[in-house]
Amino acid sequence: MEFLVCISKAPDTTTRIAFTEGDTRFNEEGVQFIVNPYDEWYALVRALELVESQGGKVVIASVGGADCDPILRKALAIGAHEAVRIDAHPEDAGQVAAELAHYAKDKGFDAILCGKETIDHNSSAVPAMMAEHLDMPCIALATSLNYEGDQAVVTRETANGVEKVGVKGPFVLSAAKGMAEQRIPNMRGIMAARSKPLQVVSAQGASAGTAIDRFALPEEKAGVKLIDADNPSELVQLLREEAKVI
Amino acid sequence: MKCIAFIQTKGGQATKASLEAAGLGASMGETVAVVSGDIEGDAGLGAVGVERILQGPGQLDDSQLARLVSAAADQEGAQVVVCAQDHLGKAVAGRVAVRLNAGLVAGITSVPNGDVYTRNVFSGKAMAHVKGTTEKLVVTTTPNAIGMPEPTGASASVSPFAPELGQGKVEVLEEAKPDTGNRAPLPEAELVVSAGRGLKGPENWGMIEDLADTLGATTACSRPVSDIGWRPHHEHVGQTGITIRPNLYIAIGISGAIQHLAGVNSSKVIVVINKDPEAPFFKAADYGIVGDAFEVVPKLTEAFKAL
Repeated sequence: MEFLVCISKAPDTTTRIAFTEGDTRFNEEGVQFIVNPYDEWYALVRALELVESQGGKVVIASVGGADCDPILRKALAIGAHEAVRIDAHPEDAGQVAAELAHYAKDKGFDAILCGKETIDHNSSAVPAMMAEHLDMPCIALATSLNYEGDQAVVTRETANGVEKVGVKGPFVLSAAKGMAEQRIPNMRGIMAARSKPLQVVSAQGASAGTAIDRFALPEEKAGVKLIDADNPSELVQLLREEAKVI
Repeated sequence: MKCIAFIQTKGGQATKASLEAAGLGASMGETVAVVSGDIEGDAGLGAVGVERILQGPGQLDDSQLARLVSAAADQEGAQVVVCAQDHLGKAVAGRVAVRLNAGLVAGITSVPNGDVYTRNVFSGKAMAHVKGTTEKLVVTTTPNAIGMPEPTGASASVSPFAPELGQGKVEVLEEAKPDTGNRAPLPEAELVVSAGRGLKGPENWGMIEDLADTLGATTACSRPVSDIGWRPHHEHVGQTGITIRPNLYIAIGISGAIQHLAGVNSSKVIVVINKDPEAPFFKAADYGIVGDAFEVVPKLTEAFKAL
């Protein structure tokens, strides 16, 4: 089986967010970058598990500049076989999806796995967009993936609860919690990653459909109003009269 | 400006999240709604400013819905497509954006300011003010974020719409069973009661469920207690779980790690109940009670009942 796992570089979850260039760019100085957790813990690990039991390989792809290479090596250290970096600065979901789909087309992957969203952009758009470019089904918020005969069987979250679906042929999937458990790379994996192939390919020059006007930080909260533990009805009054939420 | 609103329905009526999106469309220009399957009357759409409804067949998957919506946009010469940023909306919006060669602004959190749209980024730690750079634009609205117009007595006309939709490619093997009972699903819930390790064991959740029942709230939990199986996966809110946006989030026995905050920081009002006055969650809270949850929560439930 051959899987493509799409990953992106994201700032570590504890990063203090700041902006630069008149609040039009995220300030990357001093920021620790990680592989987007949904891509790594769920999409990548499940692909590796399937290939470990059924044979085949896992290819990682990402849209980015050379600053992306460390996270590609991390994914290789966890167990991916090859990495591909599409050499372009990622601008928005539309541009990233177009570049990834262009790379993936005609490569014959059994499935293309992504995380359900990135922790920095939070659009949840790339998988559906890739599926549309590639004329494939897209199974989003997938919590498990197994193969039964020639059919992929997937459980996924929907508005009405968890549903089980079957799909034949190649598809795009976005992975959510439940799909797999995080794997920590061991020393052997890290050493092996150094000599695994990391290929840089040119972008096809897809354009973004949106542009940042500026970023902003939310207003600071006023500070907690503490209510005495013996007097919870005071809280109820405040929630009704002051906060007006009940 | 002409707008297409992709509407989801439940029991023949447009969902609240879809009505919010439709209302946004109506504020921007003439809005034509697209629905799939049967509706009752105008599904409540006329009241939020929709003029016409195009009704397509039911039982469509996301790729067929995207074709339905895009065909409507082409037929109507629409510049904007709006829908809710919910499970199905996310799936359809991305596809529509590709079909129409349109930029996608996903999950706006307030009414747009001219052509500038605002959405959350960095898991709610910041906001981005974004513009479209294409001729057409797809905009999705975060449920419970932008509000709804005052309902009018107007009604919308309904006509059948049957463009070429292609074949569905995903077979449902087992249908979904609602996992939140009769409470709103977490991503759309307006009231949420959540608890964590401070409760010490799964057998102690009765008082949380009582509080939630009293308020008509959906229950949620922190990651540690979902990982160890005290609570079901779908209740986990946080960085690697679900992001929610309720009007009221009551957090009981949860310390407030950054990863948990990432899932709940868009809540309008946060109440924290914790016996540790140094719990970091108090810094993110609007109201707080420092006390033993086992004493405070039942008293709080009684106080809500007395309302």
